[in-house]
Amino acid sequence: MTRLLDAIAGLGAWVVALLVGMGYGARFFLRLCLVSLRAVRRPRLVIDQVHFIGNHSLSIILVSGLFVGFVLGLQGYYTLQSFGSEQALGVLVALSLVRELGPVVAALLFAGRAGTSLTAEIGLMKSGEQLLAMEMMAVDPVARVLAPRFLGAIIAMPLLAAMFSAVGVFGGYLVGVHLIGVDAGAFWSQMQAGVDVFSDVGNGLIKSVVFGFICAFVALFVGYEARPTPEGVARATTTTVVASSLAVLGADFLLTALMFST
Amino acid sequence: MPQAPDKNPSTDILRIENVRFGYDERPVLDGVDMAFRRGTVTALMGGSGSGKTTVLRLIGGQVRAQRGRVLFEGVDVGALGRNELFKVRRRMGMLFQFGALFTDLDVFENVAFPLREHTDLPEETIRDLVLMKLNAVGLRGAARLRTSQVSGGMARRIALARAIALDPPLLLYDEPFAGLDPISLGTIAQLIRRLNDALGATSVLVTHDVHESFEIADQVCLLAKGRIAASGTPEELMASTDPLVVQFLKGQREGPVPFHYPAPPLASDFGIGKSA
Amino acid sequence: MTRKTTDLLVGLFVLAGLAAILFLALKVGNLASFSFADGYSVTARFDNIGGLKVRAPVKSAGVVVGRVQSIGFDPKTFQATVQMEIDERYRFPKDTSASILTSGLLGEQYIGLSPGGDPDDLEPGDRITMTQSAVVLENLIGQFLYGRASEGGSQ
Repeated sequence: MTRLLDAIAGLGAWVVALLVGMGYGARFFLRLCLVSLRAVRRPRLVIDQVHFIGNHSLSIILVSGLFVGFVLGLQGYYTLQSFGSEQALGVLVALSLVRELGPVVAALLFAGRAGTSLTAEIGLMKSGEQLLAMEMMAVDPVARVLAPRFLGAIIAMPLLAAMFSAVGVFGGYLVGVHLIGVDAGAFWSQMQAGVDVFSDVGNGLIKSVVFGFICAFVALFVGYEARPTPEGVARATTTTVVASSLAVLGADFLLTALMFST
Repeated sequence: MPQAPDKNPSTDILRIENVRFGYDERPVLDGVDMAFRRGTVTALMGGSGSGKTTVLRLIGGQVRAQRGRVLFEGVDVGALGRNELFKVRRRMGMLFQFGALFTDLDVFENVAFPLREHTDLPEETIRDLVLMKLNAVGLRGAARLRTSQVSGGMARRIALARAIALDPPLLLYDEPFAGLDPISLGTIAQLIRRLNDALGATSVLVTHDVHESFEIADQVCLLAKGRIAASGTPEELMASTDPLVVQFLKGQREGPVPFHYPAPPLASDFGIGKSA
Repeated sequence: MTRKTTDLLVGLFVLAGLAAILFLALKVGNLASFSFADGYSVTARFDNIGGLKVRAPVKSAGVVVGRVQSIGFDPKTFQATVQMEIDERYRFPKDTSASILTSGLLGEQYIGLSPGGDPDDLEPGDRITMTQSAVVLENLIGQFLYGRASEGGSQ
């Protein structure tokens, strides 16, 4: 009997701890957003971060986008063929990328590449007492270190997602038109007729901005709260990838339901 | 010239009054009183876990005392809000154990950091100041190196240059001698003393190192069991007959601090004697 | 990595990103055919608009000549009122009829305009009087079944 009570008490404690954690995380997020507004006054720091986060992610984003486009072209063709609608390949590739795959896959890749490097960097700075040193020098590390990285990630993410989608469409075009032989005119014209600028491209961009917020926040928060030991930092990078990915996929579901339900 | 500490509160730049602090229910510091006269170098010593670093944290306002006050220039650090605390911290320089240099900046930028963040000085002035500080620690030629290219001893000296960038009246050192070779040890010790006198500052060193710190300290405080076990000039402590002090200074294995961690009797662990 | 190099690379990055967005908007999406040309409003009333949505195309002879602006409900006549914006360049006679058609078998619905022979053209704010409502599949099936049933009954 006491074992059962203990288990319930443990569950209750876990729920309370979860709520406390969420509250702390929410307050941290708000503080980060507010501080980031002021960090715009130091464009040098933000530009450096856009470089580290955005430029250094370009290769993986572009290559992945290209290959995803290839696969969409192939798979799309084989599927549409059974309905006799091969001409719709352009629209299939474009909508898949612009609405879903572009923002989501780019965000997942971003979390894996840029997110982990952010977490590791912050975690190492914490374990090397650099953040503490900054505090003792009366400089707020959230403003000086975290905020520029937050802004850099938010700026970089939508651009990366757009590039992913663009390269993917091009990849689908290469495979569909030049490899398989779908008519180029049909490919592009059906695509242009089927993809709406505001509800498809625009919503996809909104999604990528939201995902940028999510990935940036998770990476920075987990790094900031990491235990200042080597194992702590290693565990933190894993947590970043897992948490970012789950959050992105969850947010994607919510956003899709909001945006694309008629 | 080492001087005996004065009991007059007005010459104390820093006072710790009856402070009690613990991370959980167990108090690390229980009724600690300390006074630091302007212009002096104080060595704060004690065994591992005796709370030495905690005292530094209390002085810097990183943690708040549960009871008692920490007065810096007459202001209770523990009662300050975030903005006032930041203002007060600009008058403190802290040297962390392994330097804590910013890894994304080079040596010059590290020392320039406090100047850039807290002053509006023009670029040429900053350059001059940084090179002067680096010169004071003997590393002016290393100004353009990256932090990954400097040795441990050099890193600590650069961090020292950074700590004195704004000429603070209070300097805090967290284990400045830990892990250094003999030459670096002597260098750092001499630097701490010379800079303290040149800047007219007050220094607090948290350290294990008896030999080096006794060379340069005006006052030595020994922390044990959450209280100040002994306090005085280096000569007074060397002459002390208090068993705690003697064990610590002579590095004896047995004394008030036991060698063996509490354990069941030897016989029960090794199965010697008849089992019941 | 000097300041200038970093700035340049970041500038290129941002430019590439914006170019990608532009590409998506123009070549992939329908922004190019989004004529910002001025248009004039006409209204039409339907008994049933089916699945017609705002911003659905208004076509004549299969060519997009305008967009649906707003859809409302008239509580006096219990009909749907559709306001559409037609490109300034195209004028339609007053006796033009508007029907709600479906593109493909199950595609999106749009308004098709069939011009009449009236020498006068529709003015901004005019109402198209001849309208044909959307084909509602359930009614069609119901009619079919009713027709079959009455056929069977009269036998």
